[in-house]
Amino acid sequence: MTLQAQPLRAYPVLATQPLPLRRVRQLAAKSLFGLAALVSLVTLLPLGFILWITLQTGWETASALIFRARVGELLVNTALLEVLTLPPCIVLAVALAWLTERSDVPGARFWSWLAVAPLAIPAFVQSYAWIGVAPGMHGLFAAVFVSVLAYLPFLYLPVAAQLRRLDPAMEDAAASLGLDPWRVFLRVVLPQLRIALCGGSLLIGLHLLAEYGLYAMIRFDTFTTAIVDQFQSSYNGPAANMLAGVLVLSCLGLLGLEVLIRGDARYARVGSGAPRPASRRRLGRARGVSMLLPLALSGLALGVPAYALGRWLIAGGSEIWQARELASAFGETLLYAAGGALATTLVAIPMAWLSVRAPGRLQRVLEGCHYYVGALPGVVVALALVTITVRIALPLYQTVATVLLAYGLMFLPRALVGLRAGIAQVPVELERAAIALGRRPAGAIFSVTMRLAAPGVAACMALVAMGVTTELTATLMLAPNGTRTLATEFWALTNELDYAAAAPYAALMIALSLPLTALLHAQSRRVAGQ
Amino acid sequence: MSLLDVIGLSKRYGPQIALEGVDLTVPARSRTAIVGPSGSGKTTLLRIIAGFDAPDAGRVTLNGQVLADGPLIAPAHLRGIGYVPQDGALFPHLSVAENIGFGIDARDPERDQRVNELMEMVELDRAMLRRRPHELSGGQQQRVALARALARRPALMLLDEPFSALDTGLREAVRKSVMRVLSQAGITAIMVTHDQAEALSFADQVAVLRGGRLMQVGAPGVLYWQPKDRETALFLGDATMLEAQLGEGFVDCALGRIPAETGARRGPGEIMLRPEQISLSPAATGPQETAACHGEVEEVEFGGALCAITVGVGFEEARIRVLVRSPGRDLPLPGARVRLSVHGGAHILER
Repeated sequence: MTLQAQPLRAYPVLATQPLPLRRVRQLAAKSLFGLAALVSLVTLLPLGFILWITLQTGWETASALIFRARVGELLVNTALLEVLTLPPCIVLAVALAWLTERSDVPGARFWSWLAVAPLAIPAFVQSYAWIGVAPGMHGLFAAVFVSVLAYLPFLYLPVAAQLRRLDPAMEDAAASLGLDPWRVFLRVVLPQLRIALCGGSLLIGLHLLAEYGLYAMIRFDTFTTAIVDQFQSSYNGPAANMLAGVLVLSCLGLLGLEVLIRGDARYARVGSGAPRPASRRRLGRARGVSMLLPLALSGLALGVPAYALGRWLIAGGSEIWQARELASAFGETLLYAAGGALATTLVAIPMAWLSVRAPGRLQRVLEGCHYYVGALPGVVVALALVTITVRIALPLYQTVATVLLAYGLMFLPRALVGLRAGIAQVPVELERAAIALGRRPAGAIFSVTMRLAAPGVAACMALVAMGVTTELTATLMLAPNGTRTLATEFWALTNELDYAAAAPYAALMIALSLPLTALLHAQSRRVAGQ
Repeated sequence: MSLLDVIGLSKRYGPQIALEGVDLTVPARSRTAIVGPSGSGKTTLLRIIAGFDAPDAGRVTLNGQVLADGPLIAPAHLRGIGYVPQDGALFPHLSVAENIGFGIDARDPERDQRVNELMEMVELDRAMLRRRPHELSGGQQQRVALARALARRPALMLLDEPFSALDTGLREAVRKSVMRVLSQAGITAIMVTHDQAEALSFADQVAVLRGGRLMQVGAPGVLYWQPKDRETALFLGDATMLEAQLGEGFVDCALGRIPAETGARRGPGEIMLRPEQISLSPAATGPQETAACHGEVEEVEFGGALCAITVGVGFEEARIRVLVRSPGRDLPLPGARVRLSVHGGAHILER
């Protein structure tokens, strides 16, 4: 058979069409970039505000406000708090994570859940509980003690996840090279926990700088307590703003220190394929004794608050259950949590999308802005928004919109991390396959990408909601008059030393946070492949 | 003289039998491959020899020293056994030089010299000493893992599927390089693999594990041509199994009367023919040709140097399929009538 050349018009030719898909994509990418840039610009507000205020105040006044004994005292307090809290947190988190993930301690899964559970108890409720049990607890060591109990899960979670992910073949190889189990741990396991330790320590360090309620209650002065006190007592703008400036510098210093310690070394497993799951080390006779650590930590971080809360609830009797007030505060908290979660997730979507689908140099710079703002203490964000609204947008001062904007800025990294992971789980090929099967681009996004990313989006919204539920500082400074959330009501009552009446609010906050903590725990296990 | 003796080794994980009564002797300076399908217990056997797991029963001795006697075991770090895991398991936080020198005492003045020697031995450029593992190719990572394991001059080297993550081309080159290094260093080696071709070309002794039991141990050629049973035969390579009547030095089967090894058994049995034993030639037409040694080409699978040809012999229910491997030139077309000739004797399988 021979083939004969056919005239071209003999074949059916598709009518020439513009490339709607490509144009739609380009337009969508440009719009998303514009939105992400706008969000980044807003994230720069707190830092811009500090610089603006410093310039306005003038160097002479600024230096007089910064270089004074009080600032030095706060600096020493803050530094001591960081230096004394982080080492025990690291030691306890590593020991606890090793016990629950790598040893045959009885009830390892149960202890692992209990190790995360303190996250459901706001830090200021922890100090409230401890003061209830030991009224004399004040000062630096009390602050360190309660901080360790309240923030330990921030280190435990990443360390436990990293221990689950570590390839046990490396430990086998080290043992075959003559290292006993202790030296294998020190030379092979511990160096690979470095990123988890740095990340967790940074998180705790930033919380120590930003926390207000815990230290105010335990009467230990930090930058944050000093700023809020000055703001509430005398609205001393310049002094509070200069303290905020030093606080921001401390945060940036902490971020820089973490980058320096973390270094650029790579700690990911080399090679393809999934690692074999690690076998648990037999503790033998020490099995019973090894339970003492998780038992003691759970007792201190969960048992004491539960006992103190229970005692106040019993002491208060039925009188403290003011159904109307409680329902109102509960409802308002839920509304703020839902609004904050929705607003934060919405503003995080453009950057989450770009970071997965259109990564680039400018995108990374903008993404950096989204993350840095999360490191700023709530008090700095709140102070910036108060000053800006008072000076240039008075109608927005003490409105729900400003509170939601503050939540959006504070919890932006939480939403971004979750959203990005959710979108990354849906490869662009799936969208293309849907388009090839006849869906329009928008239809493909909604029917494939959004649907598959939905669980991740829901999880990140839940995490933001948990943050909002227990947020105190920014809510106190920004919320409209008459706002009554569970946290602000609890705070008001404890300020009046009515600890019994505050107990139901604390119990409700814990009840709201508990399911979200369980979700966080389950998610961290899923991410680590369990 | 044996270096390693494994006697009656058994191990269970809950109700699951991982090993059952395994006996294995590994001669000094030999290369042994433990081969078997997934879940056959080969990695468990290796881990028990290394000291990472304890057996439920049985004994492991190295150079006459007892390493494991039931659940009582000597710790892995005191055994002096080298170990190269799958993917190499290099320490990602250390450089190549630090990985190789990991097992050598940091105060040893000859540490750097030994690292350099090992780099040379595994044919790696010294410029790579400062690199991190993720900056190396898969083959280079395996060489570093081998050098790291050799650093302490182990008496025995255990290799756990060391080439499984490498590309086909690279795999052969790295395997040859590892074989050369092990021979050069005079180290006894045990390799675990699920790849029968890799096992046959690497080892001078192959042990086949199935369902936690050691089915057969022997030289690669012996195992390939004289497997004990049908499963071992098929695991080690393609084969045609035929029902046959066993006679004295011959068998009668669907391909006619063909020579066979002399055995004590007579009567009905099963024989094995490897594809390399059968050759094809165009069928001569005429009454003198018997149907028994003729067949019809059913399928031709072109594979370059060697091609697989399936030939159907006989008719309807009695039709059998014979696999033939032939050089990739002048191949018959499907449907062609061909004559089959058997070279060498048929192997009689145990039942």
